[in-house]
Amino acid sequence: MARYLASRLLVMPPILLGVVTILFLIFKMVPGDQALLAAGATATQAEIETIRHQLGLDRPLLAQYGAHLLGLLHGDFGYSTMFRGNPLPHILERVPATLTLAASAILVTIVIGIPAGILAASRQNRLADLLVSGSVTAFLSVPNFWLGMLLIAILSVGLRWLPSFGFDGLHSLVMPTLALAARLVAIIARLTRGLVIEEMRKPYVRTALAKGLTMHRVLWRHVLPNAMIPIITALGLEAGYLLGGAVVVERLFAWPGIGDLLLGGIGVRDYTLILAITVLFALGFLLLNLAVDLVCLAVNPRLRNG
Amino acid sequence: MAEAVIAARRALSRNRFLVIGAALLLGFAVFGEVLAPYDPDAQDLLALLEAPSLAHWCGTDEVGRDILSRLITGTRITMMIALLPVALAGLIGVSLGAVAGYLGGSVDRAISALIELLMTIPGLVLAIAIVAVVGANAAGLVAAITVSSTPPLARLIQARVRELRQEDYVSAAIVLGFRLPRILFLHVLPNAASVIVIQLSLLAGQAVLIGSALGFLGLGVQPPAPEWGSMLGASRQYIEIAPHVVIAPGLAIALLVFAFNMLGDGLRDRFDPNLSA
Repeated sequence: MARYLASRLLVMPPILLGVVTILFLIFKMVPGDQALLAAGATATQAEIETIRHQLGLDRPLLAQYGAHLLGLLHGDFGYSTMFRGNPLPHILERVPATLTLAASAILVTIVIGIPAGILAASRQNRLADLLVSGSVTAFLSVPNFWLGMLLIAILSVGLRWLPSFGFDGLHSLVMPTLALAARLVAIIARLTRGLVIEEMRKPYVRTALAKGLTMHRVLWRHVLPNAMIPIITALGLEAGYLLGGAVVVERLFAWPGIGDLLLGGIGVRDYTLILAITVLFALGFLLLNLAVDLVCLAVNPRLRNG
Repeated sequence: MAEAVIAARRALSRNRFLVIGAALLLGFAVFGEVLAPYDPDAQDLLALLEAPSLAHWCGTDEVGRDILSRLITGTRITMMIALLPVALAGLIGVSLGAVAGYLGGSVDRAISALIELLMTIPGLVLAIAIVAVVGANAAGLVAAITVSSTPPLARLIQARVRELRQEDYVSAAIVLGFRLPRILFLHVLPNAASVIVIQLSLLAGQAVLIGSALGFLGLGVQPPAPEWGSMLGASRQYIEIAPHVVIAPGLAIALLVFAFNMLGDGLRDRFDPNLSA
């Protein structure tokens, strides 16, 4: 287990290095003068040249790249025009908000998606199933930011139950979470429904029922554990959606996470900041997938000794 | 390829709503200006943020423009922003995937590594980074969606071609001395056609979602172009006083995504019954 974890963690730095390299090259293709952006519109030509030299923008590309990597080794992402320095501390300040949103979306997905799938499977082709399957189809087509707007229109403007934006206690977490989680809930509910229906046809279920176990026990003790692995794997496959969707949802609800900061960085063309946050998103993606694999390993004894 | 066309036709004929929907969308995309009841840019300052009525079926927006007319004329740009990148991603993804999967060895490893790296960055975040470089306009949007849609497609094609590479008829073609392009285009790719067609239609739905999200964030085509996502972005601040401004554009996006999803699911059921949920 420890060995597996170590091997998985060891491949992360090279992947992140690759991501940094690709982004570095892409951002160097940007038209426009970085020194001018950093100096501001009122700067004189001499000031711009001084800043160009200070930021190392007058050096060859390879030297700039080397300096960038060297800086990364001690957590320095370079000069961000928004923060007038290394953006990392300011980004890290905002990480908890994004983590809270992502974690609560995953929690909602599990708590709603799996039971909804089971319900639909056990009432196959009856009203509950049609309702669940219909909602699944709808939630897979609806853009999360529109769903968020509808929630604002109904829950804050209409009923005045919840604040429409901001970061203030559990109340303000509800709507962003629902907007972000809707697609995941739909995917997990659909998958759970299919898996449960498939498992229920297998001989071990008939055996368990024949020896007198209740349906309830068969479902929770035997069928669900078998369905867990594909469900968790599917969550991992949607890690990209979860993180990307967070950017849009954070902007809609003025949620102070790193996605909101990323869009702020786009507004002022702060490429140092954009690169840093994008790399952090890639790291988040890798860690989420690692977590998914570890959970799979934990719930499936067959994989443990492999 | 012929098989794919026949299956697409059959899937369409089985689903009448899809045909009607597709005809409607195509009609709007081509003849939008003629079909729209009002000039999509005409401002009526005496009718700001009016609720839906017989005169304005979807109401009017913050400067008194008819929302329905803007949706109809905006069909073209909204669909182009989704379909052009999907076509480009199809071209690039299929070539990369096919070459990598067929040749194997170091070419395969290099392309795989690139795909793997790009897939580490969440799709929307990658798209935002590309827009940051190319610019918040139609070209930037097309580039962004193309770059974020290509890796998953390429990976799928690569896996399928790697499988097909082992088939006897491919070995036979190699033994017969056929050239690489002939083997790839006449023997390998036609057998991957179903995977490609299914994936492209599902990708189109995702492209609409990414494109409208970028439009919503103000990173897409700039106003007053009536792209559906940017319409939502522009009218979002009026949600408290006139919720109707966000209803129709969002519904239009959802229906378009729904149509592409149904097409993809239908094709998948037809080609690959084992995969369908």
